[in-house]
Amino acid sequence: MDRTTGQVPPTDQALVAPPAGDPAGPVDTPPPDADPLAGRPRGTIGRLRIIGSLVVVACYVVAAVVGPILLQYDPVATDLKARLQPPGTRLPDGSLAVFGTDQVGQDVLAQMMQGARVSITVGVATLVLAGLIGVTAGLVSGYFGGWLDAVLMRLADVQLTFPSILLAIFIASILGPSVVNVVIVLSISNWVTFARVTRSQVLALKERDYVDATRTLGAGTWHLITRSILPASIAPILVVATVELGHVILAEASLSFLGLGTPASTPSWGMTIANGRDYLSNAWWISTIPGIGLAILVISFGVLGDALRDRFDPRLRSM
Amino acid sequence: MSSPAEPLLSVRDLHTSFPIHSALLRRKVGEVHAVSGVSFDLPAGRTLGLVGESGSGKTTLARTVIGLERPRSGQVLFDGRDLVTLSGRRRGAKAAELRRIRRQIQMIFQDPYASLNPRLTVRQIISEAWMINPGVVPRHRWTAEVNDLLARVGLNPDHADRYPHQFSGGQRQRIGIARALALRPRLVICDEAVSALDVSVQAQVLNLLVDLQADLGLSYLFIAHDLSVVRHISNQVAVMYLGKLVETGTTDQIFTAPVHPYTQALLSAVPVTRPWAAPPRQQIILTGDIPSPVSPPSGCRFRTRCWKAQPRCASEEPVLAHRLGDHPSACHFPELPAQPQPAAVGAR
Amino acid sequence: MDHPLLSVQDLTVQFRTRAGTITAVDRVSFDLAEGETLAILGETGSGKSVTAQAVMGLVPRPAGQVTGGRIIYDGTDLLTRPPSEARRLNGTELAMVFQDPLSSLNPVLRVGAQIGELFRRRRGASRAEARRKAIELMDRVGIPAAARRVDDYPHQFSGGMRQRVMIAMALALQPRLLIADEPTTALDVTVQAQIMALLADLKAEHRMAMILISHDLGVVAGVADRAMLMYAGRVVETGELREVYETTAHPYTRGLMASIPELDGPRERLQPIPGAPPDLMRLPSGCPFRPRCAYATDICASQPPTLAAVPTRPDSHRAACHHAEEVLADVVAG
Repeated sequence: MDRTTGQVPPTDQALVAPPAGDPAGPVDTPPPDADPLAGRPRGTIGRLRIIGSLVVVACYVVAAVVGPILLQYDPVATDLKARLQPPGTRLPDGSLAVFGTDQVGQDVLAQMMQGARVSITVGVATLVLAGLIGVTAGLVSGYFGGWLDAVLMRLADVQLTFPSILLAIFIASILGPSVVNVVIVLSISNWVTFARVTRSQVLALKERDYVDATRTLGAGTWHLITRSILPASIAPILVVATVELGHVILAEASLSFLGLGTPASTPSWGMTIANGRDYLSNAWWISTIPGIGLAILVISFGVLGDALRDRFDPRLRSM
Repeated sequence: MSSPAEPLLSVRDLHTSFPIHSALLRRKVGEVHAVSGVSFDLPAGRTLGLVGESGSGKTTLARTVIGLERPRSGQVLFDGRDLVTLSGRRRGAKAAELRRIRRQIQMIFQDPYASLNPRLTVRQIISEAWMINPGVVPRHRWTAEVNDLLARVGLNPDHADRYPHQFSGGQRQRIGIARALALRPRLVICDEAVSALDVSVQAQVLNLLVDLQADLGLSYLFIAHDLSVVRHISNQVAVMYLGKLVETGTTDQIFTAPVHPYTQALLSAVPVTRPWAAPPRQQIILTGDIPSPVSPPSGCRFRTRCWKAQPRCASEEPVLAHRLGDHPSACHFPELPAQPQPAAVGAR
Repeated sequence: MDHPLLSVQDLTVQFRTRAGTITAVDRVSFDLAEGETLAILGETGSGKSVTAQAVMGLVPRPAGQVTGGRIIYDGTDLLTRPPSEARRLNGTELAMVFQDPLSSLNPVLRVGAQIGELFRRRRGASRAEARRKAIELMDRVGIPAAARRVDDYPHQFSGGMRQRVMIAMALALQPRLLIADEPTTALDVTVQAQIMALLADLKAEHRMAMILISHDLGVVAGVADRAMLMYAGRVVETGELREVYETTAHPYTRGLMASIPELDGPRERLQPIPGAPPDLMRLPSGCPFRPRCAYATDICASQPPTLAAVPTRPDSHRAACHHAEEVLADVVAG
C-alpha cells in the first residue's frame, strides 16, 4: 500500500497501512503508554467455539431442509407392524430405522427432521418478530426518553417479573394451537430482551461525540437513528438473538409438549417427546433421542452466542 | 479593538440550565445553571478565545450556540437573525431558514477518536454533510469535493476510502476539520480542538486552523483550557467562571493587563517552560475548586476563592462593565496586576 | 553519584500484540539520587509510562515483559527479586501516583479507610490510629476539613482533591521514591498549579526522590532537577533540565520546544515537527526520529545514534544524535 509523503505540508506523514489479513485490527501506533492490553479477547479457543457451534447448527439446518425430502414423513400414517422398534432395526418395508420407530410405527429420525424444520422456522420467525418489536421499542425508548421510555420500560419490567413460559401458556391457551399463534406467543414473551439491549446501546450511543457531530451537520432524527445509532447497535443485538434462538426453540418445544404449541399436522420436537412419554419404560428412544437432539441444538446456540458476545462486546456479559 | 459594525455572532444574555431529577420519582429537584447570562460579540473573520476551568460552562455555551442544547432564555444572533426564536418549529419556512443558518456554524470536537463514526469511511463521513443538506454540493461533485477538502486539511485524497482507525490522532482531527468545512461554514466552534493531541501534532493543527482562517475568512469560537494556545490563536478573549463571563477584551488586554483576580490567577498558574528566563511573576495559587453550578455563591461567584473578597462581593453581583483599563471586567475591586505581566509583543 | 538510589540499566520492555512484538522501552538507562527529581518527557508511545511501570513492577502481563536490563534500587536488582518481596517494597519504599485518580481509587470504600488500610496492613496500626493518621495525611496534602471528609467516598471529591487523596496514599508510608505519571494531565490549570506546588513542597520536606512523567515540558520545569526525553522507546536527550531546555542538542527536543506556544513568547507562527509519532511496529532503520528530522543525513538511516556527551556540559548532558553539534550550534545561535 502506498504511503503518503511530501504532499500538502505540514502533514502527519506515514499513514500506516493495515497489516495484510487483519483489516479489523488497530493499525495505529500501539500506544503502550495507554493500555497495551486493550483489544478484544479472542484467540484459537474463541474461534473454535464459534466454528464448532456453527458446524452443529449448520448440520441441523441441512437436516431440516434436506431430511424431509429424503425421508418421507406422513404425520397421519400408521404402520402397526413396525411400531416401537428400537434404533437400528430394519423395518418390514426394507428401510433402516436409525433412531427406531414410535408407537404408531413412524420413523423417529424422519419425525425429528420434520420437527427440526418446524422448530427452526418457528424460532427464526419468532426472533424476527420479537426483534422488530423489541428493537423498535428500545430505539424509541432510548432515543426519545420521557414518558414513552417510562411506560415501555415499566411494561418490560412487569413482564420480566412474570415467568415467560407461564405467560406463553396463558396466551397460547387463549389463541389455540397453530404455528402462527406459537410465533406470536413467543414473540410477546421475548421482545423485552431485545428492547433492553437496544435501549442501553442507544443511551450510550446517542451521547457519543460522533452522533453530536452528525447532529451539528443538521441531521434529523431518522438520519441519526438509521445511520449513526442503529448500525452500531447491530452487533450486540445479533449476539442476543443467537442466545435467544436457543431459548425460543426450547420454549416452543415446551409448549408443544404441553399440547399448546404446533398442531399435530406440523409435529415439532416437543410433540414427539410428549408422544414418547408413555413408552419411556419399554421404548426409551422415542422421547430421549429427540430430547438429546434438542439439547444439543440449544446448547450450540448458547455457546455460539457466548462466543460472539466475547468477541464483539464483552460488556454484555451480565445480560 | 477593531470591530466591524456588524458582528457575525452576537450572544445576548444567554441562559442554559439542565434540570436535575430525583432518582425515584423523576421529579425536578434542582437546576444546574451552566450558562447564566452570557453576552459577547464575535466579528467576522476573527477568533474569540473562551477560557475557563472545567465546570465554567464554556462547553455548554458552545453547544448552545450550535444548537445541541436549548437555551432557557437569551438570544443567539447569527448575521443578525436570532436562532433561538427560529428554532421553535420543526417544519415550514422558519425551520428551513434555521437549517440554512445552522449550516454556516460548524464544530470541531475535542476527541479525534470519539467524534468520527468508526463504521464510515472518511469519504462517507465528509459527504454525510451533503447527504443531510441536499443542494449544497450536487452528488456528482462529491468525490472531487471530498478530495479537495482532504487536500486542504493536509491529508492524502487517496486515503478517502479508509476508516478512521487507520489514521493517527492528528490525522483524525484533520478529518474532523474537513467535515466541519464541508458545508462551507462561516463560523467554526473549536471545542478543545487541539487538547487531545500530542504537542508536536498540536502545533501542526493550530497552524492549519490559522491558514484556513486566512484562506476562507472563517470566524472561530475557540474554547480551550490551555491559555498559551488561546493567546496564540485568538484576537479576543473571554474569561468564563461558573457560567458567567468575568473579563473580556483583546488578547493583549487580557494577557498583559488583566484586572479581574480570576484572570490573574489563571494566568499565573500557566506553567512556564523556562522559569529561569521569565520575568519574575506573582504566583497566585487559588485554593479549592470551582463551586457547584447547582447553587452558585451569591453576589460575585468567584468570591469563595478570591483573596480580595469583601462583604459587598457577597451581596452585590458585579456586572461585566468597563471599570479599569480599556476593557470590561466583572469585579468590584479591579486592579492591574502587581508585577507587569509578560508582554504580549508582536502579532501573528 | 557513587551510590544512586535508583539505577536503571539497559531496561528493555516488549509487548506482544496480535500484529507482532513491539519494543516499548529500548535499552533505557538512568540514575536517580536520593532527593533528586527526574522528569521523563515524551509523547504518546514514547515509552515514558512503561519505564515507570517497569520500575514499579506493574508492566501489564502477559502481553508485556521486561526482556532485558536491570533496575537496581538501593543496591539490589528489583527484577531478580521474588514478586512477594517486590510487592513489599511498593508503598513502603516506592510509590506511584497515576493520571486518573478516580480509576485508581476503590469506589466503594471511604477514602479514610483506603489511606488507613496502608497503616493497618503494613504497620499494624489500630483502627483508631490508622484513622488519625489518615486525617493527618489528608490535612498535609491540603484537603480542607480533613476530619470530616475522611468518611467521604471517592466520587464525592473533585478531580484535584482525588489526586490529593492519591498523593496522600502514596506518601502514607513515607516512600523514598515517588513516581508521578502525568499527575496533572486530567486537571485544570489552577489545580495543576496547586498539585505541582504540593509535590515540590513534599519533595523538599521529605528529601524524597521523584520521577515526574509528563508530555508537558512546562509543567515539570519548575520542579524537576533533570530531564530525560524519550522517543520511540529510547532516550534521545538527558541532562540537567535547564541545560536540556537551553542548550538543546537533539532535534526532537528542539522541535518540541518550537511547537509550544509560550505565554510570554512572541505570537508568531509555530514551527511544528512534521509527521506523527512513529508506529513502534514499523520503526525506520537507524534513528527513529529520522523521517521527521530536518538534520537527517545518510548516516542516520544506517547507524542508530547512541547517547553521547554534549560539549557544553559533557559531565551530565547527553544526546543521541549524529548531528548534535549542529543542532546545538543552531539553538545557541537562536
